[in-house]
Amino acid sequence: MTVKNRKLLFLFAIFLTLGMLLAACGGGDDSEGENADSESGSDSESNETTEASEESTDFSSAMVTDVGGVDDKSFNQSAWEGLQAWGEEHGLEEGEGFDYAQSNDDSDYQPNLNRLVREDFNMVFGIGYKLEDAISEVAGQYPDTNFAIVDSVVEGDNIASITFADHEGSFLAGVAAANKTNTDKIGFVGGTDSDLINKFESGFVAGAKTVNPDIEVEVQYAGAFDAPDDGKLIASNMYNNDIDIIYHASGATGNGVFAQAKDIKNNDAEREIWVIGVDRDQYEEGAIGDQNVTLTSMIKRVDNSVQQVSNMAMDGEFPGGEVLEFGVEDEGVGLADTNEEAYTDDIAQPVDEWKQKIIDGDVEVPQTHDELDEYLNSL
Amino acid sequence: MNTNRLFNILVPLISALIGLIAGALIMLGFGYNPIKGYAALWNGAFGDIYYFGETVRQVTPYIFTGLAVAFAFRSGLLNIGAEGQVIVGWLAAVWIGTTVEAPMIIHLPLAIIVAGLAGAIWGFIPGLLKATRGVHEVIVTIMLNYTALYSANAIVRNVLSDNEDKTPDVAGTASLASEWFQNMTYFSRMHYGIFIALFAAVIMWFIIERTTLGYELKSVGYNEHASKYAGMSVKRNIILSMVIAGAFAGLAGAMEGLGTFGYMSVQSGFNNLGFDGIAVALLGANTAIGVVLAAILFGSLKVGGLNMPTEAGVPTELVDIIIALIIFFVASGYIIRWAILRFKKEEK
Repeated sequence: MTVKNRKLLFLFAIFLTLGMLLAACGGGDDSEGENADSESGSDSESNETTEASEESTDFSSAMVTDVGGVDDKSFNQSAWEGLQAWGEEHGLEEGEGFDYAQSNDDSDYQPNLNRLVREDFNMVFGIGYKLEDAISEVAGQYPDTNFAIVDSVVEGDNIASITFADHEGSFLAGVAAANKTNTDKIGFVGGTDSDLINKFESGFVAGAKTVNPDIEVEVQYAGAFDAPDDGKLIASNMYNNDIDIIYHASGATGNGVFAQAKDIKNNDAEREIWVIGVDRDQYEEGAIGDQNVTLTSMIKRVDNSVQQVSNMAMDGEFPGGEVLEFGVEDEGVGLADTNEEAYTDDIAQPVDEWKQKIIDGDVEVPQTHDELDEYLNSL
Repeated sequence: MNTNRLFNILVPLISALIGLIAGALIMLGFGYNPIKGYAALWNGAFGDIYYFGETVRQVTPYIFTGLAVAFAFRSGLLNIGAEGQVIVGWLAAVWIGTTVEAPMIIHLPLAIIVAGLAGAIWGFIPGLLKATRGVHEVIVTIMLNYTALYSANAIVRNVLSDNEDKTPDVAGTASLASEWFQNMTYFSRMHYGIFIALFAAVIMWFIIERTTLGYELKSVGYNEHASKYAGMSVKRNIILSMVIAGAFAGLAGAMEGLGTFGYMSVQSGFNNLGFDGIAVALLGANTAIGVVLAAILFGSLKVGGLNMPTEAGVPTELVDIIIALIIFFVASGYIIRWAILRFKKEEK
């Protein structure tokens, strides 16, 4: 008897768990119906009308990260901070007015973009060039939603391409380096020898030579963005050659530059050598004991750009089909002043002066090697 | 025999259930509504014809990698190398798809077959080493995963493209993408590969259950020495098992290359199709039909899970934990098996 009871109990337990599951599924079914109603294609007209009537009060904006994730301390995080700031600015709540979808691998980009569109977000950002294809495809399917891609250019009437004036920021980095150097020799380490990184190089060389035409700038390309060992080797050669400041635009390769600078500092704390970081404030990268080898960093303000474009779209001025370049003028690129001991007023002052000159159009910062040659000849 | 079959159905079912319940407890513990969470999961996987299409898209390669692991396991081999076999299959499919010009009736089958062959070769290496030198297949397959990953990256960058991050798209004649499916599912990336996957499951069932080869493979899996004594070639069967398993995984790569993406990009790491295939095979009790069902569950979890942060506010990290818990309980099916057995004993 007891045995039978026990068996019954076991069956009962299974039924109970099954029931729980079914209840959960059942709940899903209900909302599924609602969703399907509000999202099915036949209802797109009513969607449009609600969008139109609510646009001023109920605008919403969301973003899809690349595989780096929303806490990558770089691009994605910066974009999300921008979106949060935008939400705060307009008193919106996460999940309602603004949201993000995280991609765990490359195949997630499209479903994530689609999901946000179907959740009726009016503006959807793709963060990073990896979402190029997904954005261009999804944007073609949903012509009524606004899309934007960061750090890449995608064609389409409902796509805004957000790029940064890397050469202008690098110009300021060059100015800072020229004012800081004791040896009048500085270095540049690039990732791949491509148009994009040439922009960094040209701006940097132009900035340094503008301050002091006699400064020597040694340029080397590591050939990869993920080769810290090569970066370390190049940095070691440069520092041995009396170069005291290296600006890197080489992603993770630059970690090798930081490592080498810190190694030298470890052996000889008195020696004055510096690294200039890129993309985000790399102050933490350069910390060694009480000292810090990060002079400054050329920051790309992805957050500002996301915030601005969201606002433009909200005000009905979405720059669809355009390529936006964020430069020093709109705080899209700039230098970090976190290392106050190294980045003193003597440096900040000329940097600000040149920044003003770029904004006023007094200098046209070169973007390519050809433009750089021309610029240097005109000095 | 009958109780055995019941076991094979009951154990995975209970494991999946316990996993879901554990996930619910975790959500409760962190102050999220588990019913809302699972509703979002369900909606994200089946709530809309678009999501349904995406789920089918995700299920397709899972069926193949599940078969790849299950098939090898039937002959006592642990195929941890499905990951690498997927990558070489993907690469081969895209290679044929982008460089060869032929009408669809030749091009598409050619691309798929070459992908299968590439995977088979990647399975042949550990099979051969195991059969002739006794090198454990787990070690060889794990190392071959990395070989595949980095070789494929180098080839994509330097051979199939001009120092870019991805290959050009495969020709239309080699594409599995289906406009009909896409229109039906609001532009999901569902493609014809699902039929090939289901067909492959039938093939696996047929080989294992209805052919001499399958009998020998199983026999080697049960007892190598007895099989040898019975006059079977153990070496041949080990190699063959890995080759066929590799071919299944290679086809999973073809699904990604010709169906989902239509190109191959430089991968910064593994895409986990092969590793998830291990869980799929385990949950599916290494049978063809079980693998299909388990693949459906995993595909739904993967695609539906993306919806949990958006709809139910459950953070992505928690979604990963919940899915991992389900896999954990699935993998610990033996505990449940033991519990049931104990229960039965007491009954007697």
